[in-house]
Amino acid sequence: MSDPITPTKTSTRTRAPAFWINTLLLILLATIPPLLFITGQPFWLDVFTRLVILAIAATALNLILGYGGLVSFGHAAYLGLGAYAVGIPTYHALYGGMDAIASFNGFLHLGLAITISALFALITGAISLRTRGVNFIMITMAFGQMIFYAIVALENYGGDDGLTIDVRSEFPLISLDNPLTLYTVSYVSLLLVLFTVYRITRSRFGLALQGSRSNEERLRSLGVDCYRYQLVAFIISGALCGYAGFLLGNFTTFISPEMMDWTRSGELMFMVILGGAAFLVGPVFGAAVFILLEQLLREFTIHWHLPFGILLILSVLFFKGGLASAIDRIRVNARQRPDGSQQ
Amino acid sequence: MMSSEKTPILKTTNLCKRFGGVLATDHVNLDVQAGQVHALIGPNGAGKTTLISQLSGLLKPDRGRIEFKSKNMTGKPAHKFSRAGLARSFQITSLFADMTLLQNVALAVQAQAGHSFRFWRDATSDRRLLDPAYEHLQTTGLVNSANKQVSEVSHGERRQLEIAMALATEPSLLLLDEPMAGMGPDESNMMVEILLKLSGKKTILLIEHDMDAVFALADCISVLVYGRIIATGSKQQIQSNPEVRAAYLGEEAR
Repeated sequence: MSDPITPTKTSTRTRAPAFWINTLLLILLATIPPLLFITGQPFWLDVFTRLVILAIAATALNLILGYGGLVSFGHAAYLGLGAYAVGIPTYHALYGGMDAIASFNGFLHLGLAITISALFALITGAISLRTRGVNFIMITMAFGQMIFYAIVALENYGGDDGLTIDVRSEFPLISLDNPLTLYTVSYVSLLLVLFTVYRITRSRFGLALQGSRSNEERLRSLGVDCYRYQLVAFIISGALCGYAGFLLGNFTTFISPEMMDWTRSGELMFMVILGGAAFLVGPVFGAAVFILLEQLLREFTIHWHLPFGILLILSVLFFKGGLASAIDRIRVNARQRPDGSQQ
Repeated sequence: MMSSEKTPILKTTNLCKRFGGVLATDHVNLDVQAGQVHALIGPNGAGKTTLISQLSGLLKPDRGRIEFKSKNMTGKPAHKFSRAGLARSFQITSLFADMTLLQNVALAVQAQAGHSFRFWRDATSDRRLLDPAYEHLQTTGLVNSANKQVSEVSHGERRQLEIAMALATEPSLLLLDEPMAGMGPDESNMMVEILLKLSGKKTILLIEHDMDAVFALADCISVLVYGRIIATGSKQQIQSNPEVRAAYLGEEAR
């Protein structure tokens, strides 16, 4: 019964520590990279640009993985689709053919990236969401690999060898050729995507989605057709990830099927889980740790994969529920050590 | 006495369900009258849960017909039953375990309010969801635990939450599958009180082992044995029915 002596740790927790640490992370991302650039370290701005773009993709994935409980193993495909939505129109604008899409226009690239990603998510989601658990993981991975091999087979666009984007997407007033501008665009995009996901997860739609993660059977018996909500979430997630792909294409200016390989999907998944699924800023933490750790270890040794792997395994074992969850429990930790018994 | 010539809110005709060689539901004809608490009793393995699963659309009957509010519902999926106004509580508690009690009921209110394709407005502070949710928590005696996680409350409170969520769907018929299962005497009494408050306002089909509870609550009782309904009637009729006494009450009646 309601015992007033037992404090209800989860319900009465104030957002203070977690909220301020999250805000600090976003402020650091807004200030450090431009400072590094201005002080003559353009390389590190590149690292942070990639970090922020992958954080967008991981946040998009988190919408269905963390909030929807659906482990998609094919999300790198959307990064690829978004990037090729920049590469292919640019290629035709330079070398002729396909007049309908041949253009440097950034709005066209952006529109294509989001539309194609959403369509791909609609078709593959409609089929994948008929399955659950391991089957869902495998079928989303299979669809991802399907796109991978489709691009490999497109000899026109370099196939296996990839495609160089000679001209970045053109927008009025701003030039993505300026690394600082590109970083700013990516960072503001991350904030917008975070805000969008935040609103969605607190809306009726988001609550229905989280209900379907928590207990799908029960929600269905309340009269909710879970499939439709999961499918729409899958499409939103795919479209946002396609947007990240659009940025990634403009950032790397060299795209190849390798960027949509299943190992890339695994990395995105890893960022989400490492950072903390079902925490809004969790994937940003995950992407930050992942990219920075990778970069730092590369500086020390060419055999960086081994310590990287070991550290990742340890971090998952140590931070159950992810880094964001660990931060969220700071107040609880003061009273008792976490034993990992909670979700 | 029962009001005999009214159209029942729930009516089954010759309902059959077979699992391999076992006829778990054997030509069941059941009429539940609006406004009544109708109890369905029977020994273990009599097929009570099988029957109630068909009545809520979780199992498809092999033969026969289910009418709810004079509409044929045979073979419809569970969410159609729910939409039509039939709410079910589960024998094994089935809740949103990682949410608070309030969030559980609010989600049920939201499910009742129509589609949830609303992507922007904050629903976590929406009075249209929270006010009714609080009201149902009040009815079921849970208002003090509203902000606790499901994992933090007792078994009895979880059962009460089941009822609150069923109420949130504003059902015309409440299907309660052993609401007292696994409860201690205090919790049972609490539940009987809650159900007494609801009787008269809601039509309830109650499946229950606890005979004291059944006799305290039910207007009408049906006895299910080996998938068949062997008797239907008032408490007195059931208590004095020799067939029922032999088959079931024999071991448990006072």
